[in-house]
Amino acid sequence: MKNIAVIQDTPNFDVAAVRRHFPALSRTVRGKPLSYLDNAASAQRPLRVINAVDDYERHHHANIHRGVHTLSQEATALYESARDRLARFINARSRAEIIFVRGTTEAINLVAQSFARSSLKVGDEVLITHLEHHSNIVPWQMVCEQTGAKLIVAPIDSRGDVPADAVISLMSQRTKIFACAHVSNALGTVLPVKRLVEAAKSRGITTLLDGAQAVSHLPVDVQDLGCDFYAFSGHKMYGPTGVGVLYGREQLLERMPPWQGGGEMILQVSFEKTTFNGLPNKFEAGTPNISGGIGLGAAVDFITSLDRDAAHAHESALLDYATRTLSSIPGLVIVGTAPHKTSLVSFTVEHVHPHDLGTILDEEGVAVRTGHHCAMPVMDYFKVPATARASFALYNTFEEIDRLAAGIHRARKMLS
Amino acid sequence: MELDDLYRDVILDHNRSPRNFGGLEPADARAEGFNPLCGDRLTLRLRMAHDKIEEIRFEGQGCAISTASASLMTEAVKGKTRAQALRLFEDIHALLTDDGATGGDDLGKLAALSGVREYPARVKCASLCWHTLAAALGGHAATTGAAPAAAVASVSTE
Repeated sequence: MKNIAVIQDTPNFDVAAVRRHFPALSRTVRGKPLSYLDNAASAQRPLRVINAVDDYERHHHANIHRGVHTLSQEATALYESARDRLARFINARSRAEIIFVRGTTEAINLVAQSFARSSLKVGDEVLITHLEHHSNIVPWQMVCEQTGAKLIVAPIDSRGDVPADAVISLMSQRTKIFACAHVSNALGTVLPVKRLVEAAKSRGITTLLDGAQAVSHLPVDVQDLGCDFYAFSGHKMYGPTGVGVLYGREQLLERMPPWQGGGEMILQVSFEKTTFNGLPNKFEAGTPNISGGIGLGAAVDFITSLDRDAAHAHESALLDYATRTLSSIPGLVIVGTAPHKTSLVSFTVEHVHPHDLGTILDEEGVAVRTGHHCAMPVMDYFKVPATARASFALYNTFEEIDRLAAGIHRARKMLS
Repeated sequence: MELDDLYRDVILDHNRSPRNFGGLEPADARAEGFNPLCGDRLTLRLRMAHDKIEEIRFEGQGCAISTASASLMTEAVKGKTRAQALRLFEDIHALLTDDGATGGDDLGKLAALSGVREYPARVKCASLCWHTLAAALGGHAATTGAAPAAAVASVSTE
């Protein structure tokens, strides 16, 4: 299991130094050092994020966009500067295109209930793929139910890859919306999104990409991708929970009706008529998660302070090493072997239920996700009730993968 | 808390060779349990003689804790009356959730489940079969007034 000799340190990437940014990584679990391999569910936070939130809470908290007093102005400036950094981070054309939401789920629901609900008609089609997270399935099912539109599901193949031709062949004149993951949360597959978006656009189909699993691993440029909407969450990119972003093309956002009504999203209210605020506030009713937004801005600073190419090379090396190490374990089957993946390995082990494996690994200090990963159709496709999933972040090490493998060996010995 | 206290020999044995595993024809009552958290599914079938559980079998897929718990349960409730079985359910529930509870005097092999208490995320694995049994017995009771038709109930732990 020790393949130390073949491990090349990634140039320009000092993983020990990166780990020092993350206080949680130095704790122990059940007497063992923590190996946190559940990053696709939620990544740990660096000091930069923790400190930004702490500083705001201690010194600058007030409601934003409402007061003329100093604290309100400071809070507003911090929050809005986070929006600016997020706009740059994904290369949006303007800050008006960055809508703060609770997370990817809320972003997709916003598009479904505002854009889709007001435009879909009976007989129209919404196209998704078979590997979507429940949050990119259920909002579309709901709006199809409300409008009489039909949900169409494009197939995946036995490697968990999404054949672009098969998806494109399902795009027709009836297709009004195409929504898919940029990266699959259950399998790690990177979808051919650029090609799919291009094909959709040429047919006049509105496109949404679920970027929850992509933003921490891949550079995302929404103008290059060409999509109409891009949704992502803060906590999967080293930021806080309860905050995320819906990017939308400004022209589209302008045309869309507000989703929720309340404060912040209005210009003028009387009992006869309300005039809605402009972008992005039109979609941000109520007092938002201010500290979350500020923390997310700090997460962008953290990511962009790193050599992203080197970080990506390190994550790719982790994926290669984990794939090789785990494949050599008898009875272990990797679920999802697409040629283009992010650093995530989903797997089953003969005679060992994922839930038992999760408990046994936890005893070794190794945190993995076990279950259906909110992607039950993916589990059905591969005919497994659940898998174990080790998902790596830029701070993970080869030694942690060795510990994962040792834990799997222990579980096999115990249960078979 | 040691892992060996969760995966005791009795549990490992019943996981490897579950007792009373498979279908049952004819059956008076059937119930299905589903734990959406982990995807565990369990089908329980009962044959009653008067008020006693004459035969009970289960099938499905689940983790070691869920499989062993179901296997141990079928052994424990066979021959018991409906009321006795439901009382045992209460004892097991206490054993799995109450600190310090012994779960009654006479749990026998079922006492091996007490290690689960220290793993809150796994309590549902051990209790799924018991909730399913309660549903099956409830369903049975609901139809005993009429001709003995198969009762179907389903239970979900979330």
